[in-house]
Amino acid sequence: MAVFDLSPDRRTFLKVSAVGGGLMIFAPQLSGAKPAEAEGDGQIGLYVKINSDNSVIIGSPGSEIGQGTQTSLPMLVAEELDVDFAAVETELMPFLTGAGENGRPQQLAFTSGAGGSDAIWGSYDGARQAGAAARHLILRAAARRFDVPVAALSTEKGTVRHAASGRSLTYGELAADAARESLPEGELPLKERRDHTIIGKPQKHKDVRAIVTGEPRFGIDQDYPGALHAVIARSPYLDGRVRNVDDSAARAMPGVRHIVAIARPGPGENPALNNLAAGVAVVADSLWIAMKARDALRIDWAPGPVREDSRAEYAKAYEALKGRGQVVHEDGAFDRALDQAAQVVEAQYEVPLVSHSPLEPQNCIADIRGDCVTIIAPTQSPGRAARLVAEIAGVDPLSVEVRVVRCGGGFGRRLYQDPVVEAALISKAIGKPVKLQWSREDDMAHDFYRPGGIHHMIAGLDGNGRVTAWAHRLASHSRIFREADAAEGFWRSELVPDDFPGQLIPNYRMEYFYLPSAAPRGFWRAPISTSNAFAVQSFVDEVAAASGQDPLGLRLALLGDQMRDIRYDNHGGPNWNPGRMANVVKKAAAEAGWGENLPGGKGRGLAFHFTFGTYVAQIADVTVQSNGSFKVERVVAAADCGIPVNPNGIRAQMEGGVNDALSTALGQEITIRDGQVEQANFDTYDMMRIDRSVANVDMHIVESGGPVRGMGEPPVPPLAPAVTNALFNATGKRIRKLPIRDQLRS
Amino acid sequence: MISFAVNGSTHNFDGDEDMPLLWFLREDAQLKGTKFGCGIAQCGACTVHVDGEAMRSCSIPVGSLNGARVTTIEGLAENGALHPVQRAWLEEDVPQCGYCQAGQIMAAAEFLQNYPEPTDHDIDDNITNLCRCGTYVRIRRAIHRAAQLMKAEG
Repeated sequence: MAVFDLSPDRRTFLKVSAVGGGLMIFAPQLSGAKPAEAEGDGQIGLYVKINSDNSVIIGSPGSEIGQGTQTSLPMLVAEELDVDFAAVETELMPFLTGAGENGRPQQLAFTSGAGGSDAIWGSYDGARQAGAAARHLILRAAARRFDVPVAALSTEKGTVRHAASGRSLTYGELAADAARESLPEGELPLKERRDHTIIGKPQKHKDVRAIVTGEPRFGIDQDYPGALHAVIARSPYLDGRVRNVDDSAARAMPGVRHIVAIARPGPGENPALNNLAAGVAVVADSLWIAMKARDALRIDWAPGPVREDSRAEYAKAYEALKGRGQVVHEDGAFDRALDQAAQVVEAQYEVPLVSHSPLEPQNCIADIRGDCVTIIAPTQSPGRAARLVAEIAGVDPLSVEVRVVRCGGGFGRRLYQDPVVEAALISKAIGKPVKLQWSREDDMAHDFYRPGGIHHMIAGLDGNGRVTAWAHRLASHSRIFREADAAEGFWRSELVPDDFPGQLIPNYRMEYFYLPSAAPRGFWRAPISTSNAFAVQSFVDEVAAASGQDPLGLRLALLGDQMRDIRYDNHGGPNWNPGRMANVVKKAAAEAGWGENLPGGKGRGLAFHFTFGTYVAQIADVTVQSNGSFKVERVVAAADCGIPVNPNGIRAQMEGGVNDALSTALGQEITIRDGQVEQANFDTYDMMRIDRSVANVDMHIVESGGPVRGMGEPPVPPLAPAVTNALFNATGKRIRKLPIRDQLRS
Repeated sequence: MISFAVNGSTHNFDGDEDMPLLWFLREDAQLKGTKFGCGIAQCGACTVHVDGEAMRSCSIPVGSLNGARVTTIEGLAENGALHPVQRAWLEEDVPQCGYCQAGQIMAAAEFLQNYPEPTDHDIDDNITNLCRCGTYVRIRRAIHRAAQLMKAEG
């Protein structure tokens, strides 16, 4: 998801103007788009604004979901601009539309969403070019003022100096002149890594003051002139429908304005409707009246065609695994190698469906009146929101204005635009602007869950303990939910043949069994990787234990210590480097004191995973009480994300990712019974509080010279197996099913 | 008519007394810092102080508040000076998405009145607000730092 995509011609995308005696560099709306006046004072697509009072504002083009891009992306601009970052203000850029290739309308990628841990590397070159362009204009203005060549000038934290004469001017003093200069052609030279003064230095997050004082930054905090309030009673049954509704009591309540049916799209119907649940929307003067009126609806729900029971589906998956699945990858000859193995190890691991549950329940403001379409949404994908809404409203996508607001958590949930689609449908139906609010119960029952599944692992070893054969047989849901022509995608969304230990073991097979479910599934923070890392990193540990090898030693033997790129045909590729991973693992092991004897009741476990281009190893220390209760005392983590842009943000993501992953591993599970999601709210869905959290996350950044990569998701996958491996180390009991809950007590 | 104070301003309320304080604050008083997370007093995103006690405003009917003094995150700073807990949150750079943090801060501010020198165990036993981003490492550090700030400032 490229964020700052300035190709092919930077000058088409960067514009310069003088505003209030200052310099502004911005991304214009292109042909056919709304006029710039639509954004108030013309600050559309702001990259950089330097005011005459020397204040600097830098725009951030990505959705802020807590991963810190409102700080890290402006850091990239500020590095080349050469200003004091502590004094820089940052703001979210609006989402921009424009004419793409061949004049075809499309959403341009100036402002974009959050997904795939891509923001930092998707912006790395373009954002620095934007900063360099602004500095270039200022230098040219200074050169004219001093009547010297640009080459005779230098900059330092917002000041241009002419060393020969000792003269200097601040950026603010030069901003108005700089706005009259023109942008250079071609790429500007950028700083060498060793010359960075902002990139690689820990920077505090920019928006913390607004958050700790309660400023209204989130989607749920937004108001809109004339907007009515809407809530929806949705089918409690997966694929259920409204058989009959008695809305007389609701309609009789003062302040209730409209009741709107939301139909579930049938097979073959418009996929833009994004698998909406069937429901009945209540639109009222206030949110509270709408909520009360929803409670007053009498709805007879028709269950879906399948009265799904997730426990029965898991039982079927265990049965299926006894047979032969779809062999999706084979290196060497697995069957023969297993026949010849001196030792065979086998285990099965179970992972549940889990919910995203971002703490801000879904919400959206939609105003669809004729050709005027405005959306205000906490979304990870403003582009998808704009396209879907344009389709519903029947307007040119270029005329859709999506206002991006801070998201109260994302984790992948806000890649899905069902709340946006619902709000748009309601606004279109009533011809008025509307603010749609979901409850927690709505959010938990109508999620796009992380797929669950059962992983059957088989390893064959030779007489020297070398792993010669490896099979990963997976029966799972797919993240692909009701997309056309998805058969190949079913396994590709769940298995990555190039992941460790693929390519490192000569006889290697992957086999897939598709588990259908009516429960919507989707991307969940580090999709694919969370489940697979649990299976693979648990099983490596089991193989080590069964063959009397050190869990660290076996991993290092498999990785090898050679720095070499091997294939990675998935997001984060095209290559990965086992040697870089070995370095990260060794760093974590050294810092954790791997190999030392631990007192009784203590255990230490290791896991690693390569996620989206970033290498992470974690070592968990646990203390287990005699009654089976346990506490994760410490996690030592090492990560190589290439250039570490904001080490403070990287540490924050590791601390948070470790605790988010622990929360998920300890107690989170979505189950389905009689075609309904059984969990409703945080009283039945066990999210971890501070008492079970890891207080000590000892994070080590490994910089190996690799390219810049993200940190939003990579901290999550290794944590669950690091903890369960530690529990095994402490107790000899192997946890093969998530969530862990009280399995040590039984 | 229900009369109560929010951040020092008196509000007279003659609407539906069943409405939770949360929605009064957010929708009627336009104080959006107090957040909606679960509606059943589980997550703590809506934590405010009622007569000095940390409470979950999603589960307090407005009708029960006659004569009460309510403080929200917007009213925690005094005379323009941030509360020590807010300063500690800034110094420790706690928030990620930030959605739960107003509630966390309100919970911590009251907790520190009762536990001026808290142990980790005290924090574990008394701070029950949820954070989906998992910022608990820094929340814990910030609570300890706030305790130090409050002690130093008497």
